[in-house]
Amino acid sequence: MAPAAPRSGEAIFSSVDRVNAELFTLTYGAIVRQLLNDLEEVEEVNKQLDQMGYNIGIRLIDEFLAKSNVSRCVDFKETADMIAKVGFKMFLGVTASVTKWDADGSCCSIVLEENPLVDFVELPDTCQGLYYCNILSGVIRGALEMVAMKTEVTWIRDMLRGDDAYELQVKLLSQLPEEYPYKDDE
Amino acid sequence: MQFFGGSEISPSPPVPTATANNAHMMYIFNRNGVCLLYREWNRPLHTLNAQQDHKLMFGLLFSLKSLTAKMDPINAEKGNLGIPQLPGQGCSFHSFRTNTYKLSFMETPSGIKFILITNPRTGDLRETLKYIYNLYVEYVAKNALYTPGTLIRCELFNTALDQYVRSIA
Repeated sequence: MAPAAPRSGEAIFSSVDRVNAELFTLTYGAIVRQLLNDLEEVEEVNKQLDQMGYNIGIRLIDEFLAKSNVSRCVDFKETADMIAKVGFKMFLGVTASVTKWDADGSCCSIVLEENPLVDFVELPDTCQGLYYCNILSGVIRGALEMVAMKTEVTWIRDMLRGDDAYELQVKLLSQLPEEYPYKDDE
Repeated sequence: MQFFGGSEISPSPPVPTATANNAHMMYIFNRNGVCLLYREWNRPLHTLNAQQDHKLMFGLLFSLKSLTAKMDPINAEKGNLGIPQLPGQGCSFHSFRTNTYKLSFMETPSGIKFILITNPRTGDLRETLKYIYNLYVEYVAKNALYTPGTLIRCELFNTALDQYVRSIA
C-alpha cells in the first residue's frame, strides 16, 4: 500500500531547504512596489499579482504532489483541508483553517491567522484598493486547475485593510473530465 | 532553497530492483496528450514514425485505464466505458508485462503520465517512477526557462534521467 497521505506539512516543511523569512517578505514587498510603479493602477497590480500567482501555481502543484505523497482527494472538502494543512505549511510555514462550508460542499473559506507575506507592510492611502497578497489566490487557482478543478478565489478579509484575519473564499466552479485529445479519424 | 542543478534531491532514490541492462525507453505525457519527453536507450525496432508512436502509446494507456476501471470488482465508482473519467475517478493499473517487455505507468493527480518500458524481468518500478517525478520537479517544473506544456529540452534533466535509469538497469 502507498503510505498514507500526511495530515500536516510539518515533516516536509522541516526537510526541504528554505530561505530566510525576512528575505522572502522583503523580496515580495519589492515586487509589489515595483508593480505599483510600473502599472500605476491598483486594479492592474491586483490582476498582475493574480496572474503571477497562477503561473506559480501551475508549477508548484507538481512539487506539492511529488513531495507530499498525496495521491488523490476524494472530494473538494479533502482538497481544501489538504491546501490548508499541508500546502500552506509546506510552502509558507503557516497553517490555515477551513471554515464556512456551504450546503453542497463546493464553497469554503480558508482563514490565515498569520501571514508571512505582510510583515513590515502598511498600505498607504493611495493603495487602499490593493489586495497585497493577491498572489496567493492566484497560486491556489493555478494549482487546482492543474488537478482539474476550476475555481474562483477571492479575498473576503484582509488584515491590511483592518480586518481581524486573512480569509480567502475558494469556490469550486467545475471539475473537468479527462478527455481523449485526438480525433478518431487521424 | 534549491535551484536547478542543485546537488541532491530528496528523498533519496529507491534501491534498484532490477538486474541486467534493461531500460528500453521512456515517455512523459501531459494531460493533453502532448508527449513532453521521449527518451530511448535501447530500441532495436521502430515500426512507426515518432508521432504515430506517441499517439499509439497515449491511446493505449487511455483506453487501458478506462477498461481496468470498468472491470474493477471492488470500487463502485467506475464510470462508464467511453465516457471520460474525472481525475481521481476509478482505479488505475501501474504496469503490464508481455513476454518481451514490461511497461510501468504512473499518472500524477496533475495528469502527467510517466511511462517506462523495460525488460520483462524487471521488478516493481513504482518507486522508481516516483523518483523520476521528483527529478521532473527539480529540473523541469522549477526551471524558469521551461514553458509548461511544451517539449522538455533540458540537458540537465536528460543527464540526470539517463544516469538514474542506468543505475536501475
